[in-house]
Amino acid sequence: MSMPQEHDYIGLNEPLPMEKKPSSENEKNNVLNLKETELRLGLPGSGNGISLFGKDLKDEGNNGISQCPLKSFVSGAKRGFCDAIDSSGKWGFGGCEVDLARGAKSNNILQSCVKSSLKEICDGSPVKPVEEKKNENGNNAPASKAQVIGWPPIRSFRKNSLGNNVWKDGDGGGSSGCLYVKVSMDGAPYLRKIDLKTYSTYAQLSSALEKMFSCFTIGQYGHGLSRQEHLSESRLTDLLHGSEYVLTYEDKDGDWMLVGDVPWEMFADSCKRLRIMKSSDAIGLAPRTMQKCKSQN
Amino acid sequence: MAYSFPEEVLEHVFSFLSSDKDRNAVSLVCKSWYEIERWCRRRIFVGNCYAVSPEIVIRRFPEVRAVEIKGKPHFADFNLVPEEWGGYVYPWIVAMSAAYPLLEEIKLKRMVVTDESLELISKSFKNFKVLVLSSCEGFTTDGLASIAANCRNLRELDLRESDVEDLSGHWLSHFPDNYTSLVSLNMSCLGSEVSFSALERLVARSPNLRTLRLNRAVPLEKLPNLIRRAPQLVEFGTGAYSAEIRSDILSNLAEAFSGCKQLKGLSGFWDVVPSYLPAMYSVCSGITSLNLSYATIQSPDLVKLVSQCKNLQRLWVLDYIEDSGLEALAASCKDLQELRVFPSDPFGAEPNVSLTEQGLVSVSAGCPKLRSVLYFCRQMSNVALIAIARNRPEMIRFRLCIIEPRAPDYLTLEPLDTGFGAIVENCKQLRRLSLSGLLTDRVFKYIGTHAKKLEMLSIAFAGDSDLGLHHVLSGCESLRKLEIRDCPFGDKALLANAAKLETMRSLWMSSCSVSFGACKLLGQKMPRLNVEVIDERDPPDSRPESCPVERLYVYRTVAGRRVDMPHFVYTMDEDAALRFS
Repeated sequence: MSMPQEHDYIGLNEPLPMEKKPSSENEKNNVLNLKETELRLGLPGSGNGISLFGKDLKDEGNNGISQCPLKSFVSGAKRGFCDAIDSSGKWGFGGCEVDLARGAKSNNILQSCVKSSLKEICDGSPVKPVEEKKNENGNNAPASKAQVIGWPPIRSFRKNSLGNNVWKDGDGGGSSGCLYVKVSMDGAPYLRKIDLKTYSTYAQLSSALEKMFSCFTIGQYGHGLSRQEHLSESRLTDLLHGSEYVLTYEDKDGDWMLVGDVPWEMFADSCKRLRIMKSSDAIGLAPRTMQKCKSQN
Repeated sequence: MAYSFPEEVLEHVFSFLSSDKDRNAVSLVCKSWYEIERWCRRRIFVGNCYAVSPEIVIRRFPEVRAVEIKGKPHFADFNLVPEEWGGYVYPWIVAMSAAYPLLEEIKLKRMVVTDESLELISKSFKNFKVLVLSSCEGFTTDGLASIAANCRNLRELDLRESDVEDLSGHWLSHFPDNYTSLVSLNMSCLGSEVSFSALERLVARSPNLRTLRLNRAVPLEKLPNLIRRAPQLVEFGTGAYSAEIRSDILSNLAEAFSGCKQLKGLSGFWDVVPSYLPAMYSVCSGITSLNLSYATIQSPDLVKLVSQCKNLQRLWVLDYIEDSGLEALAASCKDLQELRVFPSDPFGAEPNVSLTEQGLVSVSAGCPKLRSVLYFCRQMSNVALIAIARNRPEMIRFRLCIIEPRAPDYLTLEPLDTGFGAIVENCKQLRRLSLSGLLTDRVFKYIGTHAKKLEMLSIAFAGDSDLGLHHVLSGCESLRKLEIRDCPFGDKALLANAAKLETMRSLWMSSCSVSFGACKLLGQKMPRLNVEVIDERDPPDSRPESCPVERLYVYRTVAGRRVDMPHFVYTMDEDAALRFS
């Protein structure tokens, strides 16, 4: 193990002595060639590393089944994990040894990328390699990025109270801050909390909820079906969009309403809690919703 | 030999021992000391409510007056522990209501507390004095009303950061008119407005009131009414710190504050209107603790306030303070011991403020007493971490959160191994560490080698292989709590270091690579550990044994497996092999 070295704060430190794997890839590596300098990290059991900057994911599309639980970084924690387990089953008990080598290899590539790119970075002026790549991400969420559950590690009450942030100027997208509401599903033994401010349409909300509760519904179905039958995407969508369940919310007045009848902003402002209800239980809701809207207009 | 020293004398000597460690040591000297000590222990700390049962505690310590219990693992704060996991306090209250009629203090953290529990507390303990509910949930303001109405000797009611179902503000009015013993009230987490006149009267008849933390709903222009009635206040939390700008409000407020000669701590500051900050300037020189973590004001206003607090020891602030503000802090506040910088826009794609690693470096250079740091930022470098480590070798708590997972050193694109390595190597007293950024197994080797006093370690999106986990478990001698998420750590390191887990309070691993088979094995081999697989999918035996579990929570216990588990928590023990075959 090498001792930490003294470094000039403004300058750059020498790279740590590492095994280099000279390859033709090295010649092509430079800062401008973003693909080569993308950081690639693999996990045991995964076939491919996942790019930190979303290139893999863009190719697969948001709903692609991913081999790697790191997918959860972009699309929501639960989905990535379920898919990794259901589809691949590649998580070998002895996976670690194999991937130690793989991990080391990607590390070496990383090191050699960095070394050969250092010359380009070495202008001494403020470096912004990370920021540039972020813009490549093609992030669609307005003024915010897709969230990993529980990251960054900030408590809900703190996130919720940032809602009155007055210093966002020129944000074209939604307002900043967070609004956590509890989501329960009839029959599910647990509640979830989601941040309404990360969505700007009902479609986004619906898709996020499907992902969040999909594992439970897969479980429900699992009792009936054989283990090999996996719920397909469309089947799952049917569960929520079809006649099985409806999405309802409790508004500021304490009334339960069907989600989707009012403009999104109005909904987000008045929603205190969400509940995924069995349609059979929700029959009485529709007329009241209409009445309430009429009286509010 | 034991007879030569009367019990009463020993008891009297033991009464000077307040630390649990000392009392535990004393109780191991011999049987008679064990007996004497257990009868005179008055304070109990239970770090994990499932490590021991109420019955065991009561049997050993029959004369307890103060109890502190913690429930859910720390990562529950970030929604990583499913609701309904556990941490129910009710069984403890029931048992203690029978066994400890003289109980005076209950302090709970991350526990589920119901109105029923609160009512039982209020009716069971005639001399009840202190209730602290930190990050708890499950109760409503009705439960608070029971406490207010029935606890005649209540001194402290502290609801810090609890998730209370706020039905109305009426609970406060349940304090009887002849109730005068209030010393500390923290209701800052509540949403509803309480009756201001009831609050005013309560403050007026509480001559011993030292701590008052209001909630957001208390308007700024009414603060002077309260402050004037409590000039002896030591800690004060405002409500929303905004009002239309009127000079009479400002002068009223300034005059009220100036009467508080003992004020040491300030908090609250939601919705701050900067024009009202000067009202506090008269007390700034005495302020040692300042929580501005909700104050959405810009750096210049923050700096103006903070630089007047020459005796500041603790500052919590939003990243609006920026590098420039932290530099000013470093220049003015030479007594600073603790700094927490929270992100104002953690989910924004681009940084919204100019706060970088430079701010932390400045504070570490300028504040010789800095020992405790929680810092959210968007970029970090090894050179900065090395500088911080060298500046402050007496650091005790260092929690760094680089917002982007796996972010490398932004200057060199390398992992931050050497930077954190410098932290653990230089800061030999380090007790708590949270890592972030791009990290390989190497950082864990440094930690295992150097962090000998480390008690709590938090790891996320780091490491390459089991070797990383192995370094930590085999090297960190003082480790008590280890929490890990999204790291490629698996079975080998866990099973190889199974014995280590009995020396720790708990281990949390979520979204890692620990297989169900390994969990079963661990549970079978280690009967004094509860190995909980927390998995919300189909039962784990519906998948191959090599499949990783969603979450794993391992903790030592003398109480055996718990009986209040929801269906998604599976305890691995000797029977597990039978149940899961």
